[in-house]
Amino acid sequence: MNRQVTRVAWTAMALIVALILGTTYWQTWARPGLAARQDNEIQRVAEFQVRRGLILAPGRVLARNRAVKRNGKTLYFRRYPQGKLTANVVGYSTAARSRAGLEKSMNGVLTGTQQNLSSLVERQLDEARGKPIVGDTVVTTLDVHAQQVALEQLGRTCGAVVALDPRSGKLLVMASSPSYNPNFVETQFSKVGKITANCRPAAPLVNRASQGLYPPGSTFKVVTASAALESNRFAPDSEFVDPGYCIAYGKRVNNFDTERPFGRLDLATALKYSVNSVFCNIGKALGAKRILEQAKKFGFYERPPLETPDGERYPSGLYRNGELWYPTHDSDVDAGRMAFGQERLLVTPMQMAMVAGAIGNAGILMRPYVVDRIVSPRGTTVSRTEPERLDRPVGPLNARDIGDMMVSAVQGGTGTAAQIPGYRIGGKTGTAETGVAGLNTTWFIAFAGKPNARPEVAIAVALERQSLTGGATAAPIARAVMEAILSARGNP
Amino acid sequence: MSARNRELATLLLAGIIASTAFASAWISGLAAIDYGWLPWAAVFGAMVIVAHAVARWTVPDADPTLLPLVALISAIGLVFVYRINPDDGRRQLVWIAVGFTVFCLALVWLRYDYRVLERYKYVFGVSAIVLLMLPSVPGLGQEVNGVKLWVDVGPLRFQPGEIAKIFLVIFLAGYLRDKREALARGRLKDFGPLLVIWGAAMLVLVQTSDLGSALLNFGIFLAMVYAATARFSFVLAGLVLFAGGAAVLYDSLSRVQQRVTVWLQPWTDEKVVCSINGRLEYRQNCDSYQLVKSLYSIANGGYGGTGIGRGTFETVDGTPLIPYLQTDFVYSAIAQELGLIGAAAVLLLFLAVVARGMRVALIAHDGFSKLLATGLAFGFALQTFIIVGGVLRLVPLTGITLPFVSYGGSSVVSNFLLLALLLLVSHRAVRTAPS
Repeated sequence: MNRQVTRVAWTAMALIVALILGTTYWQTWARPGLAARQDNEIQRVAEFQVRRGLILAPGRVLARNRAVKRNGKTLYFRRYPQGKLTANVVGYSTAARSRAGLEKSMNGVLTGTQQNLSSLVERQLDEARGKPIVGDTVVTTLDVHAQQVALEQLGRTCGAVVALDPRSGKLLVMASSPSYNPNFVETQFSKVGKITANCRPAAPLVNRASQGLYPPGSTFKVVTASAALESNRFAPDSEFVDPGYCIAYGKRVNNFDTERPFGRLDLATALKYSVNSVFCNIGKALGAKRILEQAKKFGFYERPPLETPDGERYPSGLYRNGELWYPTHDSDVDAGRMAFGQERLLVTPMQMAMVAGAIGNAGILMRPYVVDRIVSPRGTTVSRTEPERLDRPVGPLNARDIGDMMVSAVQGGTGTAAQIPGYRIGGKTGTAETGVAGLNTTWFIAFAGKPNARPEVAIAVALERQSLTGGATAAPIARAVMEAILSARGNP
Repeated sequence: MSARNRELATLLLAGIIASTAFASAWISGLAAIDYGWLPWAAVFGAMVIVAHAVARWTVPDADPTLLPLVALISAIGLVFVYRINPDDGRRQLVWIAVGFTVFCLALVWLRYDYRVLERYKYVFGVSAIVLLMLPSVPGLGQEVNGVKLWVDVGPLRFQPGEIAKIFLVIFLAGYLRDKREALARGRLKDFGPLLVIWGAAMLVLVQTSDLGSALLNFGIFLAMVYAATARFSFVLAGLVLFAGGAAVLYDSLSRVQQRVTVWLQPWTDEKVVCSINGRLEYRQNCDSYQLVKSLYSIANGGYGGTGIGRGTFETVDGTPLIPYLQTDFVYSAIAQELGLIGAAAVLLLFLAVVARGMRVALIAHDGFSKLLATGLAFGFALQTFIIVGGVLRLVPLTGITLPFVSYGGSSVVSNFLLLALLLLVSHRAVRTAPS
């Protein structure tokens, strides 16, 4: 019988060996695939055992940790001391709803997974000793006080304010209204869902500053004017005749105020008073593609560069059926209407702040950034963002000319509400029709700084569902925010 | 060195490993250096020493490795059951004590000649059927998770199927020893009583939906018939019957279909009908939830494991990730915390038990002893394969216990009985060896 018993024995032992092989498969080959799966809660628990790095702004803590002991494990949950003030930039990191904002895009830094070799070894040692992994701290460029002013100014109005330092590209303010309290996302999300504002849906989780796509209205005239001067076919003193309207594609396009045509005027005056018919004619003369090429140099047709998640920044440009679209022929687009910001143009406040900043900064567009530096748990700076030139959409002389036109618009044109004594401010208003009377999107874009110096701030304000003009609604908000930023830096 | 002295030496080695495991689980649970684990190690150690002393008296020439192997496996099992649920850990310690008692009683009772069991083979066969049917008796049986496998005796809940498995092996060993030549010649009428008792057992198991045990008993049956008759054609015929039976079951039992679908495709990219609530869900979030979470747990162990007490078995908000972790899925806890190295080591302990058990069968002199040891050792291996293979997605998952490791009284007690029988057989084989 022993021969059979031996065979049964081999079979029995083969069964156990198969189990060892099976275990090997799951713990080696299949391991990375399983770890990457969305429904793998073990990975999520591991993430919550990491003491995430802080998120700071000058003088403020934007995100910190709260340690909770549970089943012999220490889990770290996020607290956001600034509440709704910086919610749309900082975002949130929760178990219930994953992550958003910098918490999402900087996750690798904040959890210490993006580190050099020596800290990797240290990390393994800490893990073996049972110490929590501590991530790196992210220091942002945000001016929280100005951010607060922006949100207060927006109030219950849906819209956004973006302010940059055009000399470096530092993001100072990125306010989206309505905002939400990120501390509620984990446990009281229904409260976030109940937030209301003067638009519906209020969509507080949407960062309108970089995800809000609005028709730019007359603020786009700055882009058109840039294209006009850069083409060398027009100059600031080029003469036009304004009949109060312009015929584009056989249709009459009216000025904002058709009752009082300007008659003979030059390009500078047209920008100062935002005369549609002039820009309509420039558009027809240049063609749509030439203007769009200029817009591209300002950053249109790309997601504006910033450290927030890609999905939270939308590119500006012509949109067709909800998708970004670039025309193949000039005749695909009504260049006359596009030239003063109508047609199918949709832009983000972020993009328009970049436009204003580049004009103010002698035509140089700096790459916007919000992460100033990354600091290790021991306090040493791991990396620091160096200001970087993104493009030069306009030559220095043309930039100065357009800047002067914008300054005159604030001094005595459409944007007088943005004046701040002692500062040189150039601005452009916008009132974009949405098709519903009395529910316009209003704009103000501007740069401001001490006289005879490069501007310190560039701003874009966009407001939804407004019955008045951009000069009356958006310009005062821009003024308040710019004042908050400038006064903190010392009076002239 | 005598067999029992070697056993003692090996037990000391096992004791060191087990104590380290006890200490790890205890200290990681408190996150502080503490000696609260010492009573556990002492109580467990005392039980092992008593068992060793009884073996020294009753079966001095028995295999010296089996007791230390089993002691170590059950200590590891105890550590993990405690680590997952301390209350279950305390109960498991009591059950292990009962198991050691049964082990000692069996050794004492059968110390002269265990082959008396052969005389009562039909008693064992019939009582196996009775035991299997007990849970279906109204008022006595308890239904847990839609399966009727338990009997309440006073405060204790008992799963008679585990004992019935050993009784069936005793019956088969006795009957096959008796009839093996006739069977080998293929005389059909000799299969009668065999098929009646075995068939009844299988019917009961299928009726109670205990598919894991049905598969286990079927496997043991085939292995023993083959060992007795040397007719591989019987195994083939059995496998054909199994395939036919499986096909019939597949059509009639939705439970079987569900197990097979989960096995073949635990993850879906699209939502499918969930058999639990009838809604559309991803299968990994519904029918195969348990299996998938258990695979994540195993994978998380990697090469070295997280360390005892450092594995993740709860979500961020503290709810358990894997239902029945301490029973059916205890292996996925072991694999996560001990890693590939540790889990493979535990499996090698099982392999060693199987190898030593089979060696007992080889050195035994009479047919009953050989068949008994073969059946017990093969059953041990197959049971391990069915549950761990199910957890590892090698075979469809059916809930049976991992011998000596899973939380559960009947399993622990009946496996200690299995150990006693193997020691008795090996003692006799050595003692009566014609040297």
